[in-house]
Amino acid sequence: MEIDPLIFRLSIFILSIFVGYYVVWSVTPSLHTPLMSVTNAISSVIIVGAIIAGLSGNSDSVFNTSSIFGFLAIALAAINIFGGFLVTQRMLAMYKKKKKDK
Amino acid sequence: MISANLSAIFYLVSGVLFILALRGLSSPETSRQGNLFGILGMVIAITVTFLSTGNFSSGFVFVLIFILVGGSIGAFIAYRIPMTAMPELVAGFHSLVGLAAVFVAIAAFLNPEAFNLGTPGNIKLGSLIEMSIGAAVGAITFSGSVIAFLKLQGIMSGSPITFKGQHPLNAIILISIVVLIYLLCSTQSSNLFWILLAVSFLIGFLLIIPIGGADMPVVISMLNSYSGWAAAGIGFTLENTALIITGALVGSSGAILSYIMCKGMNRSFFNVILGGFGATEDTSSKSNKEQRPVKSGNADDAAFLMKNASSVIIVPGYGMAVAQAQHALREMVDTLKKNDIKVSYAIHPVAGRMPGHMNVLLAEANVPYDEVFELEEINNDFANADVAFVIGANDVTNPVAKTDPQSPIYGMPVLDVEKCKSVLFVKRSLSPGYAGIDNDLFYKENTLMLFADAKKMTEDITKNL
Repeated sequence: MEIDPLIFRLSIFILSIFVGYYVVWSVTPSLHTPLMSVTNAISSVIIVGAIIAGLSGNSDSVFNTSSIFGFLAIALAAINIFGGFLVTQRMLAMYKKKKKDK
Repeated sequence: MISANLSAIFYLVSGVLFILALRGLSSPETSRQGNLFGILGMVIAITVTFLSTGNFSSGFVFVLIFILVGGSIGAFIAYRIPMTAMPELVAGFHSLVGLAAVFVAIAAFLNPEAFNLGTPGNIKLGSLIEMSIGAAVGAITFSGSVIAFLKLQGIMSGSPITFKGQHPLNAIILISIVVLIYLLCSTQSSNLFWILLAVSFLIGFLLIIPIGGADMPVVISMLNSYSGWAAAGIGFTLENTALIITGALVGSSGAILSYIMCKGMNRSFFNVILGGFGATEDTSSKSNKEQRPVKSGNADDAAFLMKNASSVIIVPGYGMAVAQAQHALREMVDTLKKNDIKVSYAIHPVAGRMPGHMNVLLAEANVPYDEVFELEEINNDFANADVAFVIGANDVTNPVAKTDPQSPIYGMPVLDVEKCKSVLFVKRSLSPGYAGIDNDLFYKENTLMLFADAKKMTEDITKNL
């Protein structure tokens, strides 16, 4: 009997939760704010679904109800992707070590 | 157009890059590289999506336009936002993830053919379940984050909003969501889909209004977790590995942060979520507030004490963020260091309005991160330090948490500030902190209260040093 592909996806999901668990516990507490902003940015990978929806229109009309929701989701996710990664970058650039000579 | 197998492999690669992005945050040195991995993962995921649809017609142009519009707004916000506003920003971003998840679910529900999920009214059962869970969690994330944002921004009062029958009402709504999903899957009715969304928006709103301002670290972490689960739900619908991996990562990340925050307050997750903390304590603490003597001083006294100290520990809290005093504080510390005084910073896990809030502010003010310590690392040092300088923190220093089992904060881990030879406490007035309880520290023999705005007081001390 063939295994439903859903089971494979479920396996990936469960294993990723464990990976997430161990990786996040190793994050130093002083970087918890950047952790939140970067997780924000990466969860916006939901944009891939939005893009598929946005491209669902045919050549006659780009816009249908579904693709309009897709375009809106693209804009929202893009705000998050750019905003999230850039603000994380900005924060991380501020973390500096003590200068040795002092 | 590339094959489905090839694109699946690329999605896996971008999922792995996201794991590396989080892994990088284990230390500040590797974190910047980690962020680049994250960006690379995102670029791969988006590019592969374009290639796999193979549709570069006019729709493609619109996709690019919307990415550009959203991207410029995001970039603009990222560069302009002051660091003190990070909690609001993160809450706002969570709401966008939630809403994007809702929109994608709507698009997939209206046009399942585009996603290979069947036809309208005849969507594959599994996909419909995943889609409706993703949509419901996304909607909760959205409305919950909007309320969190409004509370953090001060547009909405930070005090808990409670009413009679709140918990039973929430319970009924949550049960109705489950029932709606069940009915939706058996009937495929689009009306039920819209009702499900409306009810989910409502519960997100109702769940967050009873939670008070200082519990926001837990709320933000929890919403972070929800946004992850919403993404994972959509990932299952789209059969997309990158989304499933990311959703799981973000979901567990937010859950761990909520756990850490709850532990920092010695409260159970449910205690925080059920809310109303601090609202009921008010009356009791007011009635038994006796007039106890308090020693208060000015900047001159504080400067004198610090000048004669050999080691100083700084305890920052939310008040420092409100007063924007981090730069003034760093200048004061620079002056102290010139006088060969050892200075370190002690951060309580729930100081501020989000996890790591204080660390970011200190980093912004150019405080080297190796001078900043967590509670467990530094708590034993208070006994050997000469001066503790408490700026904008309150409940997290209250010795009552160790001595009085009746106190609502009993058992909460606190910084042993009172063990210092002397304590300087910058505060605007004697008013109790968020938990609504008096801080015993105010009345200790070795405490000197400095009643002033945190920023102004710090600047004045620097002048007097």
